[in-house]
Amino acid sequence: MDMVAGKVKMTQQSVNSTMNPTDLLERPIRLTAKDVTVHYGQKQALHGISIQIPDRAVTSFIGPSGCGKSTFLRCINRMNDTIEGAKVGGTIKLDGEDIYDPALDVVELRARIGMVFQKPNPFPKSIYENVAYGPKIHGLARNKTDLDEIVVSSLRKAGLFEEVKDRLNEPGTGLSGGQQQRLCIARAIAVGPEVILMDEPCSALDPIATAIIEELIDELRENYTIVIVTHSMQQAARVSQKTAFFHLGNLIEEGVTEDIFTNPVNKQTQDYIMGRIG
Amino acid sequence: MTDTLSNTHAASLERTKLVRAGLRRRHMSEAIFRGLGLAAIVMALGFVALLFIDIGRKGIPAFTQSNLHLTVTFDPAVIEVGPAPARADFTSEAEYNAANLGWQREVALLNWNTIVEQAMRAAAPAGLDIDSRTLLTIPETDARHRIRALFVENPALLGQTVDVDVLASANATNWIKGNIDRSLGDAQQQLAAPARTLIDTLVENGTISNGFSWSIFTNVDSRAAPASAGLLGAFVGTLWMMLIVVALAVPIGVAAAVYLEEFAPKSRLTDFIEVNINNLAAVPSIVFGLLGAAAFINYMHLPISAPIVGGLVLTLMTLPTIIIATRGALLGVSPSLRQAALGMGASKTQMVFHHVLPVTFPSILTATILGIAHALGETAPLLLIGMKAFVAQVPTSPFDQATALPVQIYLWQGNENRNFFEPRTAAAIMVLLAVMICLNGVAIYLRSRLEKRA
Repeated sequence: MDMVAGKVKMTQQSVNSTMNPTDLLERPIRLTAKDVTVHYGQKQALHGISIQIPDRAVTSFIGPSGCGKSTFLRCINRMNDTIEGAKVGGTIKLDGEDIYDPALDVVELRARIGMVFQKPNPFPKSIYENVAYGPKIHGLARNKTDLDEIVVSSLRKAGLFEEVKDRLNEPGTGLSGGQQQRLCIARAIAVGPEVILMDEPCSALDPIATAIIEELIDELRENYTIVIVTHSMQQAARVSQKTAFFHLGNLIEEGVTEDIFTNPVNKQTQDYIMGRIG
Repeated sequence: MTDTLSNTHAASLERTKLVRAGLRRRHMSEAIFRGLGLAAIVMALGFVALLFIDIGRKGIPAFTQSNLHLTVTFDPAVIEVGPAPARADFTSEAEYNAANLGWQREVALLNWNTIVEQAMRAAAPAGLDIDSRTLLTIPETDARHRIRALFVENPALLGQTVDVDVLASANATNWIKGNIDRSLGDAQQQLAAPARTLIDTLVENGTISNGFSWSIFTNVDSRAAPASAGLLGAFVGTLWMMLIVVALAVPIGVAAAVYLEEFAPKSRLTDFIEVNINNLAAVPSIVFGLLGAAAFINYMHLPISAPIVGGLVLTLMTLPTIIIATRGALLGVSPSLRQAALGMGASKTQMVFHHVLPVTFPSILTATILGIAHALGETAPLLLIGMKAFVAQVPTSPFDQATALPVQIYLWQGNENRNFFEPRTAAAIMVLLAVMICLNGVAIYLRSRLEKRA
């Protein structure tokens, strides 16, 4: 299904994240975290996080700086493995399969769970090479035609193709910040992941680029399970169907986005949403 | 206690006064620092300029040589030798070669100095009274070889008269160029009085003229004929060594740095190795020479005076430079690039070789070229592995005996014919510096190009 053929409309109003709450609750569960803890050396960063992430919906993690939302996100594709001294406890299951099982190859996991980072970080290579890299290393394309097709359709899905189709061989680092971030999304999509993790994907972008990315996220959720970390509550409200509030390494409250923002149960959540902490 | 942070008008005037009082001192210390910095730079530049001017002043004259234009008669009365054997007269190649060698030996035994002397007398004013020995101090001693070689190449020259350019001897060159004080008495002059007079006459009538000295670039070192001594042998020796350094130091150094920085577990052992690599960079180069003599020559029995040993020793010296520079470059690669690669599901090896290492190419390249430039000028370790031997041939492989450019400078600097070799030494230094400046230029060019691409 080709979702984005042309340029993404640049209005925030068009973002439609409303979804029937019961609809969300009936979604199959993709990711299940149970009692996840993270230690950086002596310091404990996460205190037993348990949450379920629904399939083909956007789940957002919100909370003040240093609350552990990014740390938890990085547990989901085991990026914490690359940090020296980080120790992860508890279990995270993707479709019932423990991702911290020693038998599971982390390379395979990251092919299934893609990631988009806070700062756009395209490779210092051409736009084409950026998108083609993942399929190449994972052996997803049988030949050059296949690869071309993957690159074009990934760029289309990321809403970038029309803007860059004449300069696929120019360096990806020459694009604007928003375009770079969409290139990074295209790069993640190209591997055909089931889950896409986004770590504050708009924090380095201007409002217009942010709006484009948000609209893109809304379209991508039809095909992908998306988890997004954001420190903008408005963004969480706009793009996500499920929201989880983190504070000081604890998961304080989670639920349907509408409920969290209109009717938070927890006092801390309420304070944060009202702008009293954070 | 008065309220120092009070915001009244009087208080802010008071504060401004305090700030102003300190300003003068602050500006002064800045001016002093700037002055000192400028003085240091001016002094450094001054010394560099002085060095270049001095070397240039001494060395540039050495790039001209004095040529003797002689009219040589291949006198059959002197060249008493049968006709050169022809291939047609022999049944096999071997027989022909044997006969030809025999003929050449006969040719070599002839007194070619007589031919040179006759040519000199022909060039000198008629009836000049000068003895043969004195006369033959004017052309360089290799003149007879030049003329003989012409004859061997073309035996039909027998009985003919041809124009041949030969070099003036080193002493004659000194006299012509004024490298020796003309007012010195006979006892202190290297040439006898009649020879000096004759040289002046020959310069006047155009038999001797100065031309660009290609021989510095095309000839090997020579002691018997110092005027013909050139740098080719040393240059090729250096080239072999640098090839070995590039071929060994770059892959080993980069691989070691990548392993230590990216893959090795952080432990006491790797810390220990790291400290040792850093120390290795500070080991005096002569120690590497001792190591080379002990390990490569005594133990591994590699040939003495050969570029292979020199190259290996210089490789050991260059390795720490490359390892340290590469590690620094790897450390400087932004974590976001690593995360991008890992997040795509690249393995660690793929991350390093597809993304991290390519970004560090400019730094590795610069370190390599600077390391090589350093190795290029290294003399001390080469002295210890026998590369200061006098070698009058171009090494055709790294296992041949050879010398190197800096060692050649050292050898020429110590030559007893000071008047002639002082300019030659300066000229050799200029060639070495030119090679280094070229290497640095290449480094700067490649670096800026690679950085632009990235």
